[in-house]
Amino acid sequence: MNASWSRFNIASIVLGFAFLYLPIVLLVIYSFNESRLVTVWAGFSTRWYSQLLQNQGLMDAAWVTARVAFISASVATVLGTLAAIALTRHTRFRGRVLFTGMVFAPLVMPEVITGLSLLLLFVAIGFERGFMTVTLAHITFSMCFVAVVVQSRLLTFDRSLEEAAMDLGAPPVKTFFQVTLPVIAPAVVSGWMLAFTLSLDDLVIASFTSGPGATTLPMKIYSQVRLGVTPEINAICTILIGVVAVGVIAASLVNKRREVQRLRDEQAAQRG
Amino acid sequence: MNSLGSIRRSFAPWADPAAKPYISFDGVTKRFGDFTAVNDLSLTIFEREFFALLGASGCGKSTLLRMLAGFEEPSAGRILLDGQDLAGIPPYRRPVNMMFQSYALFPHMTVEQNIAFGLKQDGMPKAQIAERVASMLKLVKLEQFARRKPHQLSGGQRQRVALARSVAKRPKVLLLDEPLGALDKKLREETQFELMDLQQQLGLTFVVVTHDQEEAMTMADRIAIMDKGEVRQVATPAEVYEAPNSRFVADFVGSVNLFEGTVSGNGGNILTIAASDGFEINVENAGAAADGANVWFAIRPEKVRVSSRAPEGSGANVTEGEIWDIAYLGDMTIYHVRLPSGRVVKASQVNAARVIEDALTWHDKAWISFAPDSGVVLTA
Repeated sequence: MNASWSRFNIASIVLGFAFLYLPIVLLVIYSFNESRLVTVWAGFSTRWYSQLLQNQGLMDAAWVTARVAFISASVATVLGTLAAIALTRHTRFRGRVLFTGMVFAPLVMPEVITGLSLLLLFVAIGFERGFMTVTLAHITFSMCFVAVVVQSRLLTFDRSLEEAAMDLGAPPVKTFFQVTLPVIAPAVVSGWMLAFTLSLDDLVIASFTSGPGATTLPMKIYSQVRLGVTPEINAICTILIGVVAVGVIAASLVNKRREVQRLRDEQAAQRG
Repeated sequence: MNSLGSIRRSFAPWADPAAKPYISFDGVTKRFGDFTAVNDLSLTIFEREFFALLGASGCGKSTLLRMLAGFEEPSAGRILLDGQDLAGIPPYRRPVNMMFQSYALFPHMTVEQNIAFGLKQDGMPKAQIAERVASMLKLVKLEQFARRKPHQLSGGQRQRVALARSVAKRPKVLLLDEPLGALDKKLREETQFELMDLQQQLGLTFVVVTHDQEEAMTMADRIAIMDKGEVRQVATPAEVYEAPNSRFVADFVGSVNLFEGTVSGNGGNILTIAASDGFEINVENAGAAADGANVWFAIRPEKVRVSSRAPEGSGANVTEGEIWDIAYLGDMTIYHVRLPSGRVVKASQVNAARVIEDALTWHDKAWISFAPDSGVVLTA
């Protein structure tokens, strides 16, 4: 394999990765900068991280974001999973094509439009904007992502598992919780994680639907950056990157290990 | 085992007009849109019977099984189990259990948990569940695999877990959908006998769906041959093979030679047929058929004799041809003999001796002959 690594290949990979990661690397490096000026290096320090904890505004925003992300991801997972089940199972109901299109439309809908239409709705029904409205908006746009993830798992789901459960005496609801859900759980969990991340870094929709007292972290960062980038922002962004990276790497490692174990078991079983 | 054997031999409730059927399909029809999977079908199955539904794929046999399990409702007709109409009873309240073709083992549960699943649904006390699971594991010889997950088992082991799970609840009827379909040939043959022993031990009624005629012949007390949503014949394996009621059944089960002809004589218990291949066929005890009626004579290859010299005796049931093909299978040899009419007749001969003198070879002249009681006359 090494033999086929031409100079061109190496160059394109280096360039590609630089394009993707250089900005992030710079951000991480400058978060450890001693200087107050973002672009001038003045030695290593972690003072901005400790200062971060003192910044009540940022901490509040982070707390709001975490709560919004947790609640919206959880509700979106329930709704998205139900939608996915309805779409894969009841293949013959009237208007299924329309319904499928409508569930998946928000995937390609410009966020500005989603945000604006939600804003208009909240204003029209006199819903006071704040924590509730951001959460609702996030549920709306992330549930279709969950539906996509769960649906793709359900398409390969062996229906005879459910039939077997019912045949053995489990009514439909019990069958769902004892057989269907445990089997599709990995897809549901990754749907939840996807919804959580989407909510975590959403700026556009949150800006439209949020109100006083419910500023999310991306909104806070964006408004602060407009007044000039501070090293504190770099620090909190580095933490965010760290959280997301650890999450992603852990999830894929667990998955990988499970798969390898499974493969090994199957081979062992075949040998007898 | 001796007593079981004698029970089995005398087991024939279908021949007893006073016997009460255990399962009865009564004019059952199932339509999927425009497609009729099962068409006005009536069938009775008796308690403790090992009953096979045999047919090619798409003949409606699986639909019949799924209606019994409750996964499909009949479009018309009734299904009775032990006198109870099953209409409207969901699968989870029916006293039948099914073993699925794909086994449908719950991948997130161990072997033990899989077997205990049905018992838990019934609210059986824990100690009793553990006891039953242990006895089931022993029954299918999987004691040391209790804690394994399905993906850690081989195909044969999975099949046994599926079996244990489906009989754990002691259902009134066990439904088996192509139970041995996923196993390799050798394992399949062993498992056939295991299934038969199991059925005897537990005294359950088995309804098995299969497309493998050998499997059906080996295991079943009676076989229903299905085609296009209808039952063509219901009979014991021997009857289906030796006395098929139509060309379809004769051709579907095993290999057969069919001669078309017209009835030319009807003397005593001998029916004479003028075969279109230019020779006369005498059949003993063939039943009545009008002179001049168009009939078919069906005879199995192992009942056709091939010889290099003309057999002695009357001129009927003998004709001359040419050896067209020979297949040596070790235990037997199959000859294809081409008649002057162009028809190729299959004849198989058991190789009882190691060396056959006067062996026939390709393009030899040969006579085929058969006894008057070796074939059947079919009118359909």
